[in-house]
Amino acid sequence: MVLTAPVTSYAVERATLRNGLRVVVAPDRSAPVVAVAVYYDVGIRSEPEGRTGFAHLFEHLMFQGSASLQKMDHVKYVQSSGGTLNGSTRLDYTNYYEALPSNALERALFLEADRMRAPAVTEENLANQIAVVKEEIRVNVLNQPYGGFPWLTLPPVLFESFPNAHNGYGGFEDLESATVEDARDFFDRYYAPGNAVLAVGGDLDPDAAMELIRTHFGDVPRRTVPDRPDFDEPAPTSERRAEHVDPLAPAPAVALGWRVPDPHDLDAYLPYVVLTSVLATGDASRLRRRLVQEDRIASDVGAHIAFMEDAFDVRNPTALLVEAHHTAEVPSDRVVAAVDEELDRVATGGVPDDELERVRARLTSALLQGQDHVLSRTLAMASFEQQRGRAELVGELPALLGAVTGEQVAAAAAELLPDTRARLDIVAGGAR
Amino acid sequence: MSPKAKALAPREVPGLARPRKPRLPTVAERVLPNGLRVVAVRRPSVPVVHVRLRVPTAVRRDEDLARSAMLERGMLLGTAERSQGELAEALQRIGGSLRVSGDADRLLLAGESLRAGLPELLRLLTEVLVGASYPRRQVEGEAARLADQLRRAWSQPGVVADESWLRRMYGGHPYGREHPDADEVLAVPPASLRAAQRRRVVPDGSLLVLVGDLTPARALDQVAAAMSGWNSTGGPSRVPAVRPAQQGPLLLVDRPGAVQSNLRVGGPAPARTDPSYPAAEVTNALYGGYFSSRLVMNIREDKGYTYSPRSALRHGAAASCLVTSADVATEVTAPALVEVGYELGRLVSLPPTADEVAATAQYLVGILALSTATQAGLAGTLTALLADGLDVTWLREHPAALLAVTPEDVHEAAQTLLAPATRITTVVGDAARIETPLSALTEVVRA
Repeated sequence: MVLTAPVTSYAVERATLRNGLRVVVAPDRSAPVVAVAVYYDVGIRSEPEGRTGFAHLFEHLMFQGSASLQKMDHVKYVQSSGGTLNGSTRLDYTNYYEALPSNALERALFLEADRMRAPAVTEENLANQIAVVKEEIRVNVLNQPYGGFPWLTLPPVLFESFPNAHNGYGGFEDLESATVEDARDFFDRYYAPGNAVLAVGGDLDPDAAMELIRTHFGDVPRRTVPDRPDFDEPAPTSERRAEHVDPLAPAPAVALGWRVPDPHDLDAYLPYVVLTSVLATGDASRLRRRLVQEDRIASDVGAHIAFMEDAFDVRNPTALLVEAHHTAEVPSDRVVAAVDEELDRVATGGVPDDELERVRARLTSALLQGQDHVLSRTLAMASFEQQRGRAELVGELPALLGAVTGEQVAAAAAELLPDTRARLDIVAGGAR
Repeated sequence: MSPKAKALAPREVPGLARPRKPRLPTVAERVLPNGLRVVAVRRPSVPVVHVRLRVPTAVRRDEDLARSAMLERGMLLGTAERSQGELAEALQRIGGSLRVSGDADRLLLAGESLRAGLPELLRLLTEVLVGASYPRRQVEGEAARLADQLRRAWSQPGVVADESWLRRMYGGHPYGREHPDADEVLAVPPASLRAAQRRRVVPDGSLLVLVGDLTPARALDQVAAAMSGWNSTGGPSRVPAVRPAQQGPLLLVDRPGAVQSNLRVGGPAPARTDPSYPAAEVTNALYGGYFSSRLVMNIREDKGYTYSPRSALRHGAAASCLVTSADVATEVTAPALVEVGYELGRLVSLPPTADEVAATAQYLVGILALSTATQAGLAGTLTALLADGLDVTWLREHPAALLAVTPEDVHEAAQTLLAPATRITTVVGDAARIETPLSALTEVVRA
């Protein structure tokens, strides 16, 4: 059976305030909840040498108080309104967001505006959050088998320049040497309203919401917006390899990464997104069938784009990644050879129409499920608006992915050759 | 005042607007002749439908755990009509997926598809329920794969900590284990699985919840048409009764060289159907169940001992519990445990303020609204409610019950929920560095 792809669309109203803040508002009255997201156009790639991990540490500091609020007030006001909140630091942006019952919209706007106006960083809060971030790194990386695999361990193999290659969680010595002065400078330089996008979605009246946004954000002082550097660097011309001894891992693993076209050029980029789904989404995918079900040389295999698995939130340069967990009895060369053969099969044999239809249906369904969530939809809108000036892509993406042809997917696979990739082997030190 | 100073001057935080009441979902329901209870809810926010099939089949003996795990992993490896790959293709074609998971009380088959794929999704679900074939070669491959995944799971300190605590809390009861050992799953005979499915995966007593872009009456007809052929006989099974846990010394699991210690502290809690549950839920949250809680304020935001300390209520059909989890730097293991004990004891000894209780209750009301605002969230919440013998009106009544909880109610709930007398503590960490400081606080035994 062939299903016609269902289409959703979200009305988007946009404005740019006089201080440069770009705003998108997208109503959806289906449930009495709203989401508020602020995206600052600075991330891990903008950290200076000697300050690895600073973008993420600074994200923590944005929760420590602001012009009108004491430490923890921000969190308490959101949660006592019935809301949830968080922030995250990515390669190309840092975001802050809340999802709340719709009667708390104005409060959430106030809270975000207050810290855009002036976070309140003290020596004491800085020391406290350095300690918290070190525990975050211990729990996710240092005390965890496969910690940082491959998002922290593969970039230094694939990339050469500091912005692209360095550890975004940061070294402890860099974190410990961070100062309040550094935080002030970082805020002044990168957190100007003109360097941010505000997205608000859900159960709201767009005119009333826009009015509230002007009330609370309108007088955040305008500041100079930094030029965003081009972080591009040459792609590998021969295979780059490394090994990482993981003392906690009970079995080996291998990750491969290839550069892909600039995500800004959707026509060139989307075939690689479809390719990851052909390769490794679900039990009918090529690599799952070959490596897991038939050859049984891997217990898990995945394929995705971007080191933080955020294919539509990343800028150039980025990569298509394939990762597999296998046993010590299976040499990783055998796993890699099977991946190469399957890529070659896509490149030379193409993707039959029936398979492409199936992959499209699954991609569409996954995107629709993301849209159903007011927060994930609003986050996607903020990111699309910031990087592409088009929040509407959130509803348009299924059709764009649906237009990718089998020939384009085959051509993408043909680019993924052994001599242009990075390869990282995890050597298991913790076999028991 | 200069414009800049004015811009940065403190301002008043706005109040809340009038809340918009969530609409209670309209539920259509039918019990099929085979005993399957079917509940359908229309929520057309996106053109997708979700299904959740809950089969109340229990892990009753120790060896059942690995067998259940293999039943979950084997169910989608092929049917009488289709190979694993063909089944996966058929699901993919409707934008669908199907997943099987389980715990000691039940199996859960969860799936979804694009709107127009619902009849096909129901056909495929039934095909699996009636005719999963557990082909030998595929089952052996899947067992080896699961064994690899379990070895990886058991290498994670958090998994070891959770399992150690459950074992300590529930002893040899099925609730005392969540992950089988790799060797146990490799020992499950593939040929036993078909019979196990026939015996255990039965419609009588099972619950099917459908939520999404559907017409409820029509969806019930589609289920009746698709699933009438699922006729394996038998009824639900239950885990044995849980014996009250015996408090004992702190159990220390050695992990040489670990840079963190994984603390787990907890005890029994009331069921969701218990009249004291709203008070218990507020008590848990206020103590350690959300970011604004006392525990997070103390050991993260004040002392910086840990990244994500938390407490959570966990519910099984025969028992519920409250567990505190904190992964802390090795050198502050003992001080962190002191602070956990302090926060538990503080709520047992003194009622919280009215403001704290109101803020916490409002948070819980809000996250219930958020968690039921998506198709998938509503499907999951409804399935859990109905399985507990509650119904959709709980979504309206529970918020009111939460908002009615008083500081005295919390103080009373804390007496049993957080009381030192029922507390069970396990720690995974580098014994060479933490055993002496912990022993200075309390009696410690090694695992």
